[in-house]
Amino acid sequence: MSVLTPSRTSGRTANAQENFSAWANRHRKWLFAAPAMIFVGVLIIFPLAWTLYLSLTDSQGSVRAASDFVGLENYLTVLTDTERFWPAVGRTMSFTLVALACEIILGMAIALLLWRPFRGEKWVRVAILLPLVATPVAVGMMWRLIFDPNIGFANQLLGLLGIPPQPWLSGQDSALPTTIFMDVWQWTPMVVLILLAGLTALSDEPDEAARMDGATALQRFFYVTLPLMMPTVIVAILLRGIDALKTFDILYATKGKGGGSFHEVETLNVYAYGLSFDYNQYGLSSAVLILFFMIIIGSMWLLTMRKKAASK
Amino acid sequence: MKRRSVVQYAAVAAALSLGLTACGGGSSESKGSDTVRVTLANHVWTEGIKAAVPEFEKSTGLKVELTQLGEDQLSDQYNVKLNAGSDEIDVMMYRPLQEGKAFAKNGYLADLTSKVAEDADWNWKDYQDGPVTASTFEDKVMGVPIITEREVLYYRKDLLKAAGLEVPKTMEELEAAAKKISSADTAGFVARTGKSAAVTQFSSFLYSFGGDFTDESGKSAVGTEEAKKAYAFYGGLIKNYGPKNVSTDMSWPEAMAIFTQGKAAFYTEADSLYKNATDPAKSKVADTVGFAPLPAGPAGSKPYNIPSWGLAVNEASANQDNAWKFIQWATSKERTLEAQKAGVPGPRASVWADPAGTSTYPKDLAAAIAVSAENGVGHDRPQVLTVGKAREIVGGPIVASITGADASAAADTANAAFQKFLDDENK
Repeated sequence: MSVLTPSRTSGRTANAQENFSAWANRHRKWLFAAPAMIFVGVLIIFPLAWTLYLSLTDSQGSVRAASDFVGLENYLTVLTDTERFWPAVGRTMSFTLVALACEIILGMAIALLLWRPFRGEKWVRVAILLPLVATPVAVGMMWRLIFDPNIGFANQLLGLLGIPPQPWLSGQDSALPTTIFMDVWQWTPMVVLILLAGLTALSDEPDEAARMDGATALQRFFYVTLPLMMPTVIVAILLRGIDALKTFDILYATKGKGGGSFHEVETLNVYAYGLSFDYNQYGLSSAVLILFFMIIIGSMWLLTMRKKAASK
Repeated sequence: MKRRSVVQYAAVAAALSLGLTACGGGSSESKGSDTVRVTLANHVWTEGIKAAVPEFEKSTGLKVELTQLGEDQLSDQYNVKLNAGSDEIDVMMYRPLQEGKAFAKNGYLADLTSKVAEDADWNWKDYQDGPVTASTFEDKVMGVPIITEREVLYYRKDLLKAAGLEVPKTMEELEAAAKKISSADTAGFVARTGKSAAVTQFSSFLYSFGGDFTDESGKSAVGTEEAKKAYAFYGGLIKNYGPKNVSTDMSWPEAMAIFTQGKAAFYTEADSLYKNATDPAKSKVADTVGFAPLPAGPAGSKPYNIPSWGLAVNEASANQDNAWKFIQWATSKERTLEAQKAGVPGPRASVWADPAGTSTYPKDLAAAIAVSAENGVGHDRPQVLTVGKAREIVGGPIVASITGADASAAADTANAAFQKFLDDENK
């Protein structure tokens, strides 16, 4: 009997090992994906769920302080707020749409210029990509100095040309367009990069065929190149659009908390930041963030649908 | 670090940063350890302390781990870490009037009442009344003030001389002088213009016109006749005699830049920033800048006299005794004197009484400070929990007045909004 015991034990171990490896084999698709899933769970799902929970409470002052469950009250407060929330939605949308339109048009123009090989091509490409690698906060500080209404370079330049000084970032109506300009300056290179990749991948044949048929350069662009480029353009819009919606750094670096004295550049992101970090109203701020998240998801979904239609 | 606090830290950081940048953090563990973790703001005071830390480490055998951040980053850092009950900070540099009340109410700050009373040599009684009151919450000492500020008048001696003017002693004289000097390329007057940033510097004008942010019963007082006159006067000075194309986002760096570039004759600002104007490396007018007490309004000259920064101990810190040791050293008479000589006005009466304490100050500035310390008011912003929001509300009429809108109507709107804010906060 005593002889049997060890063999039985080792048999059991072997059995357990076999069982485990059989189990692992059966579930290998889950097992291999597990690290990634845990990562997503901890870093995306959990914060999102926590924010959703906070948005249903009246949490303020300190997150650890007792707070009451208030249902959808925060959402109601936010959605009926015509003083800060809706103007912020409007600014977020106009910032994104105008910046995006400028970036796509300019980006396409520059990409077309860089498409065909020319002398010094490498240097020009590097120079164009420089704004992309600069830190947004540094970019914000740089433009803030340039656009200073009293001692800034921009107004001195205008003065040399005999044009009266402009308020730029300090004007109630000119602040948002100025920040849009900064965004275009910084992010057009990224659009150029994406579009250039798309252009390089295009086959030359349709363009040559159109040329043989006597199509003008404009016709070839609008009827041959652009339709073929549509999926790439939509990718650029998608990537840049989401980024532009979420812009925070340059706005905060140039106008500070609340987006200026009149909230001139207060987008949803800046508003939510102010609500949580300045006002410590975590419930309300979470509600704004959840709504903002839904806006981003919604626009992304719309664009993806459009992309599917374009690639068909 | 406790498991619970890790989860809380992650939760708060994640919740606050959704859609924003992720928050960094995490450092070595310590429980009553030999390492004191100190978080300080970028300031002249901090530079002095940083240089002296080895001296503290040598005499106590403790190690100091220093984190230094900009003002806004510091606030954000506290919001995330203290909210999560993190024990990663032992000593924290904080703004008693901006965050002190909220932090104390949230239980972020350790009660130092018994600690300050213990050491007679260090002497808590040496601290000026205003700063002590501002660092106290519900009769408990929550922090030790390190830097104090009063509003003074910065002016250009050369411009006044050229115009044949005396240094203005009243608000009327200030306005007349600003008007006389104001020209196409030199402004008569400059000051902060940002809705929130200007509130502290406007406060002295408000008091000197006989107003305050709230009345004795705690009700909003920004709609009173006195307040309306103060709003109209401060905004009017900037609108009529300020720089052309004046921005309504200026805090001190922008306003100071205009003054030190030689583009303004008068400037009202905190005295603790005087080095920016007298240091030839930073200022084109270093030789010609003069200082005077805040001109008197209808209610006299009533500048604020406040502690702008203090040191506190994190309630969640497991290293509170060593944290206190650091504070005791950093706020000692010797260190305060050193800091004051380097240009940081301190809160200790004995250091002000010591001729060495003002030896490095321009004479007129030292005299102006002495006057302001006497008739100063102990706050420079509404004394509420959510100071950030309150500043935006009471700052509205300043901006309205600067842009030429109806300041009186703006004051009425602000008054109603501020009253609602106070009601909500006291609910």
